[in-house]
Amino acid sequence: MTANAQIVIDQVSHRYRPPTGREVLALENVSLSVQNREFLALLGPSGCGKSTLLYMIGGFLPTVTGAIRIDGKPVAGPGPDRGVVFQHFALFPWKTVKSNVLYGLERMQLPQDERDRRAQAFIEMVGLAGFEDSYPSQLSGGMKQRAAIARTLAFDPKILLMDEPFGALDAQTRGLMQAELLNIWRRTPKTVIFVTHDVQEAVFLAERVAVMSARPGQIKAVIDTAFDKTDPHVFKSKTFVDKVDEIWGLVRDEAIKAQAGRTK
Amino acid sequence: MKAVLIRYAPLLILAIVWQLVSQFELVSSTALPPLTRIAEAWFSLLTSGELLKNAVSSLYRGGVGLALAIVVGAALGIAMAWWRPVNVALGPLVEAFYPMPKSALIPVTVIWLGFGDGSKILLIFLGCMLPVTIGAFNGARSSEQVLVWSARSMGASRLRMLWDVVVPSALPDLLNGIRTALALAFILMVTSELIVAREGLGNLIGYLGANGSYDAMYGVVLTVAFLGFAADRIYQIFMHRMLAWRDMAT
Repeated sequence: MTANAQIVIDQVSHRYRPPTGREVLALENVSLSVQNREFLALLGPSGCGKSTLLYMIGGFLPTVTGAIRIDGKPVAGPGPDRGVVFQHFALFPWKTVKSNVLYGLERMQLPQDERDRRAQAFIEMVGLAGFEDSYPSQLSGGMKQRAAIARTLAFDPKILLMDEPFGALDAQTRGLMQAELLNIWRRTPKTVIFVTHDVQEAVFLAERVAVMSARPGQIKAVIDTAFDKTDPHVFKSKTFVDKVDEIWGLVRDEAIKAQAGRTK
Repeated sequence: MKAVLIRYAPLLILAIVWQLVSQFELVSSTALPPLTRIAEAWFSLLTSGELLKNAVSSLYRGGVGLALAIVVGAALGIAMAWWRPVNVALGPLVEAFYPMPKSALIPVTVIWLGFGDGSKILLIFLGCMLPVTIGAFNGARSSEQVLVWSARSMGASRLRMLWDVVVPSALPDLLNGIRTALALAFILMVTSELIVAREGLGNLIGYLGANGSYDAMYGVVLTVAFLGFAADRIYQIFMHRMLAWRDMAT
């Protein structure tokens, strides 16, 4: 099983030293494999190191202890094989929607009209047609996140790394975006690692949910959540509710621990 | 048009008061000649070609000095923000040199480069560079980590990312620094020409003053004031254009 895994996280620990205070152990001995085309959610209380792990896979933070390999090769820095969607969109505020979406495409060897065509296609796919020339400051939160997703999908990364991408959105927009993301993933299968602290979101989106413990972050359990979710009423189904309960039970202890750790 | 008129009404009132005070000899008209006489003297300076010749000379010095300051200053500021060794090596120099009144260097630049354009350009360059450097430095340091990561994860090389993310992030602070530098360029241009020069608007002011041609002297002083004002206004329009993306909230 591990042999054909696309992303292998092998006994990774991560320490950092905040500007003031003692060294913090953010991740401890984390091992996890993610299959090709799998949708995996990384779930845990805030501060558990799930974003840190994602940034290490992205190559933004160095892996000092342990190893992270993609298709057998150790991660040595950021690269366009891994597209990242950040919680706060990270659009270039000085570029229009179209220029933002074009950015990754411009780094590839593509003829100009092909780049334009692809940018336009993804802008339309996320429902931003008519906003090509708008600047991010002119868009709502949901629109910004859709633009950011279009930008990341446009250069066609094999792997999508998503850091609480819907965390800053209102509940309704969030629901729509989740459904849209699933549609996109079914149409253009990619490996997705999706960081969230929302149990329902994790169960709805992912095929497997890796539950992380409070700091130092460790993988507490990996729960299989692959079942048919195409029914619009899936949220009320017994399978769904049971899964949420099961995972919520695991998370609750950690959330309480994290809370206690913070007030200490 | 009307808005502009209302906005600059205080200037108009000042001009009228000036004219009246001087015309009715409430103050000595030698010390403060009436605007009408100044206008007359200014006009003859213009028709003789004297004003233009000196203005071209001054603006050439100011322009070249400022342009060099912008290019070198911006590059230095961004390098300091992005490579620690550069900051370690040059940071203390910038700190020590920044508050120094650059006009103190007028005699020094003259010793180095003589009475001509070279010494003025060097002085303006030295005086204008650090505000640009500090603007670029602060701006570049404020680049958001996620934007840097974003660009890198989309395949941008480090250098590419520097140009595509750090430079635009630095732009608001950088452009403000350049605005300060623009004002300094005028100050240093006139000051250095007043003290040691053979031509230039500052030199002309000094020459006319020394010869008691106060009407004409005032004319040149007002010309310099207007040029400084116009340059700043034009620069502000340019700045707004460059930062249009920032001000476009819905």
